[in-house]
Amino acid sequence: MGRYTDNPAAVAALVQPHQVHRDTYVDREIFDLEMKHLFANTWVFVGHDSQTPKKGDYITTQIGTQPVIMVRHSDNEIYVLLNRCPHKGTKIAIDRSGNTGKFFRCPYHAWSFKTNGCLLAIPLKKGYAETDFKEGEASHGMKPVGAVKNHRGFVFARLAQDGIGFDEYFGNSLSSLDNMVDRSPEGRLEVAGPPLRYMHNCNWKMLVDNQTDTCHPMVAHESSAGTAVRLFEQANWPEDKPKPMAMEIIAPFMSPYEFFEEMGIRTWPNGHGHTGVHHSIHSDYSMAPEYWDAMVETYGEERAGQILGESRHNTVYWPNIMIKGPIQQLRNFIPMGPDKTLVESYIYRLVGAPDILLERTAMYNRLINAPTSIVGHDDLEMYERAQEGLHVDGLEWINIQRLHVEDEDFDEEAVENGTTERQMRNQMHAWSKFMTMSMTSSQEAAE
Amino acid sequence: MTVTRDDVIDFIYDEARMLDEGRFTEWLDLWLADGFYWMPLDYKQDNPHDMTSLLHEDDFMRRLRVERLNGERTFSQKPKSRCHHVIQRPFVDEFDPEAGRFVTNTSMHYVETRLDEQFLLALTATHELNLVDGQLKIANKRVDLLNSDAAFGNIQLLP
Repeated sequence: MGRYTDNPAAVAALVQPHQVHRDTYVDREIFDLEMKHLFANTWVFVGHDSQTPKKGDYITTQIGTQPVIMVRHSDNEIYVLLNRCPHKGTKIAIDRSGNTGKFFRCPYHAWSFKTNGCLLAIPLKKGYAETDFKEGEASHGMKPVGAVKNHRGFVFARLAQDGIGFDEYFGNSLSSLDNMVDRSPEGRLEVAGPPLRYMHNCNWKMLVDNQTDTCHPMVAHESSAGTAVRLFEQANWPEDKPKPMAMEIIAPFMSPYEFFEEMGIRTWPNGHGHTGVHHSIHSDYSMAPEYWDAMVETYGEERAGQILGESRHNTVYWPNIMIKGPIQQLRNFIPMGPDKTLVESYIYRLVGAPDILLERTAMYNRLINAPTSIVGHDDLEMYERAQEGLHVDGLEWINIQRLHVEDEDFDEEAVENGTTERQMRNQMHAWSKFMTMSMTSSQEAAE
Repeated sequence: MTVTRDDVIDFIYDEARMLDEGRFTEWLDLWLADGFYWMPLDYKQDNPHDMTSLLHEDDFMRRLRVERLNGERTFSQKPKSRCHHVIQRPFVDEFDPEAGRFVTNTSMHYVETRLDEQFLLALTATHELNLVDGQLKIANKRVDLLNSDAAFGNIQLLP
């Protein structure tokens, strides 16, 4: 036990309206408490159901640092199970994806489980006949997480048995996810290949913060986006020749502050929010005519126009994913330690849309989010410098005061100037809420 | 010019030395304008279009990458990285001097370093070389990392 365990008051004191204490980013005890409380009480992204299209298909992943298996059961429903054998703890599956058939079988002692986790068989079962095995937790098989929800293909789970419901937790923020799915003329997405996997030596919240940080692109990314704009100008590109797709993607990063101010930021309760309320860096992407036709066929002209008229930039689903609706991308910021985060960047195919859209999405992902990305390199450089800099003892607070006003109410949806840090404040408000809701203070515990 | 197997093999060695010595602008001139530098993400990935890759770069992107390395405000390159290729003698898989077309397959160990960090990648590079105006040029280059599906930190130079 350290300073924060069983001390919700000390945890809550780390978040002030305009600043947060550096312990939230560097402290091991805080990280462990995040895994125990924050990542148990919130709804965390697990995977997309197209990653497990057939019965018995599974993927392995993490909720916080908890290893889990997402699997399609014989009833076609998606289950999320803790990835350990109830017998001795052996991980049941360690490949990233596979098909287990009708049951899981532990490779250590051959205990087997249905794909909903129920215990199916144990060799030499008579060895337990004279025991009270049936009363114990091992007899229940592989333990499922507290709750699972498949929202239009996107599977979220809550580790805690009891807690906030899915709809209440996400509320109107689901409009971003819905818009991404609606962009398919068939209303369906399919995962396209494995994710880019990029290891960051920094706290997971630095990545989340950066998703709505609209004051960094023109500074941190001058070397890539600025150079792209300059090279393009020097190239005397013929007017009738299509602009390189890379330019369409990368040049808007150099937009001036006014562009980002006017694009707007919206925040929702429980830590969710997005940039690009009015327009975004994705607004001016060229449109394939056959795509528009397919959309009109499905939705009619007015509704198709509404769907494609949204150009939301980054939507953060607290705690740890971001989606880009206009390019069908999802980034999962998986916490590995206080100073280590695995970023997995997935892309999805719009079922029924022309291939050129997926090509642009695949290009966006590698240009911006690959370990080889000239944009990602500068982001990671900033995060890692910050992670090291936060150990300076002379200054202990992180400033998130930009466009702060007194008495902000994060339980109200709000739309503000696109350079506000309100979404970062909203996130840390939710951090405090979901961190402390299941903590008992040692004082209370003693009573 | 009559191209020999040694010419083809020397070309691969010279390219590796050029990258190790940081002569990236010169390296650009080794390429044909419509060539692609491809580094797949998936083991044995068969195309760069319907899933993402680590790299799939045309002339514009290669120039951008190299220009950025030369830039003043390239923060992740302050200080600069250095790289080092140790290469095995290339296999010449296709040798067609008539058509001016050659394909090599080369195993390499690639080391990149910056500040106190250093990492090692094992890779196989496949070069398609064409003879144009008496000079060998890279028509396409594919780099398969042995652990392409692993999680990496920054890979900043050119494996």
